[in-house]
Amino acid sequence: MRGLDLDYMLGLVPVILGYVPLTLLMAGAGMVLALVLGSLLAVERVIRVPGLDWLVILFISFFRGTPLLVQLFLFYYGLPQVLPVLTQINGVTAAIMGLTLHFAAYMAESIRAAILGVDRSQWEAAQSIGMTQVQTMRRIVLPQAARVAAPTLVNYFIDMIKSTSLAFTLGVTEMMGAAQKEAAGSFLYFEAFLVVAILYWLIVEILSQGQKRLERVLNRTVAR
Amino acid sequence: MIRIRGLTKRFGDTTVLDGIDLDIAAGERVVVIGPSGTGKSTLLRCINFLDRPEAGRIGIGNLEVDAARASRAEILALRRATAFVFQNYALFANKTAKENVMEALVTVQGRSRAEAEIRAREILSETGLADKADSYPTALSGGQQQRVGIGRAMATDAALMLFDEPTSALDPEWVGEVLDLMRRVAERRQTMLIVTHEMQFAREIADRILFMEGGRIVESGPPAKLFDNPDDERTRRFLRRVGR
Repeated sequence: MRGLDLDYMLGLVPVILGYVPLTLLMAGAGMVLALVLGSLLAVERVIRVPGLDWLVILFISFFRGTPLLVQLFLFYYGLPQVLPVLTQINGVTAAIMGLTLHFAAYMAESIRAAILGVDRSQWEAAQSIGMTQVQTMRRIVLPQAARVAAPTLVNYFIDMIKSTSLAFTLGVTEMMGAAQKEAAGSFLYFEAFLVVAILYWLIVEILSQGQKRLERVLNRTVAR
Repeated sequence: MIRIRGLTKRFGDTTVLDGIDLDIAAGERVVVIGPSGTGKSTLLRCINFLDRPEAGRIGIGNLEVDAARASRAEILALRRATAFVFQNYALFANKTAKENVMEALVTVQGRSRAEAEIRAREILSETGLADKADSYPTALSGGQQQRVGIGRAMATDAALMLFDEPTSALDPEWVGEVLDLMRRVAERRQTMLIVTHEMQFAREIADRILFMEGGRIVESGPPAKLFDNPDDERTRRFLRRVGR
């Protein structure tokens, strides 16, 4: 048993913090893309486009049914052997793509459930005034579904931030990769990984505060 | 101006509408009465294609739709020629009173937001809710919500307004204000087809009463005739039961 090298840890904080923007970039881009893709998948699952439905079901099943790490390896190391165009792709892009596809599959199911939770009368009211299906979905149903799905979607975002650490296995130096490199030089593995753990924790805590605010904003329509 | 021929709707083995024929003149106010489960609401919902009829023809103005093979465009055109007031108001929960009224103006009629807002404020004043323009539905009483619902229907400028038991879900204290608003709508010779259990109101407002039972129109006539001297035994039995 040895004591913690606190000085080393404090010195490491600014180093690791320098990689927070890259982590947030990957998670942010992944989140936006996953939300768009997840919404499209969810809408398809609700209206069931003939000929497309089975493909969407298969997509969701695969990306929920296999580990993110396996998916990342498949994209980054595997696919370029089959599709040579993909050899150009860098680790960050591959990580964003992997996070997008993986989380879109999960979000699709949450968004689909939220859409189905919107009362039938809302559809009927929109149709009765002559709105098209697309207008109804975009202006009436999705905004109400968003309020219901928001807490779950923020949870996925939190999960996604933590999952960006897997990008380090694609050779990306982000927070985890930087901690690994530092530890390999100093042999202070415990200190280095403890610092990176605490920093992830802090980021997630800050986001959780944001989540509470977001929910207050989204709930304004039901507040008396 | 409104011609309905052979309108038929089945739910499974049950025939809810059994070949309804109905003509409504422009500006006419028609009230449908009858026992529960006799297809009154379904008639309204089929005219608006909220329920899809299996057979029959619906004509409004120059529009003529064959229910059995109505295209998406025809259904949309029919819905735009009609407006619907729901028993449970069905206001858009994510929109304020004003935005509920504006929605058809902006998305369906393609008006600018500024123009739509002016019109929506006019309509809300007519419904007596100018001060509630920015309230969300949950902050409104049942009566206020239904008045917004009627305002939303007014905004569509539809040839035919359909009212599906507009006061049935209301606490008694709010019924009067909704009926008052409907009277004001009626005074403008708006063509209305109303399902209601408010018999006194029906007598007062209607040009013609339809008595429906078993998916058919059993008897129709002016209120005085139908309420005071009905021809059909089923009509008499129903009126006795509801205490008239």
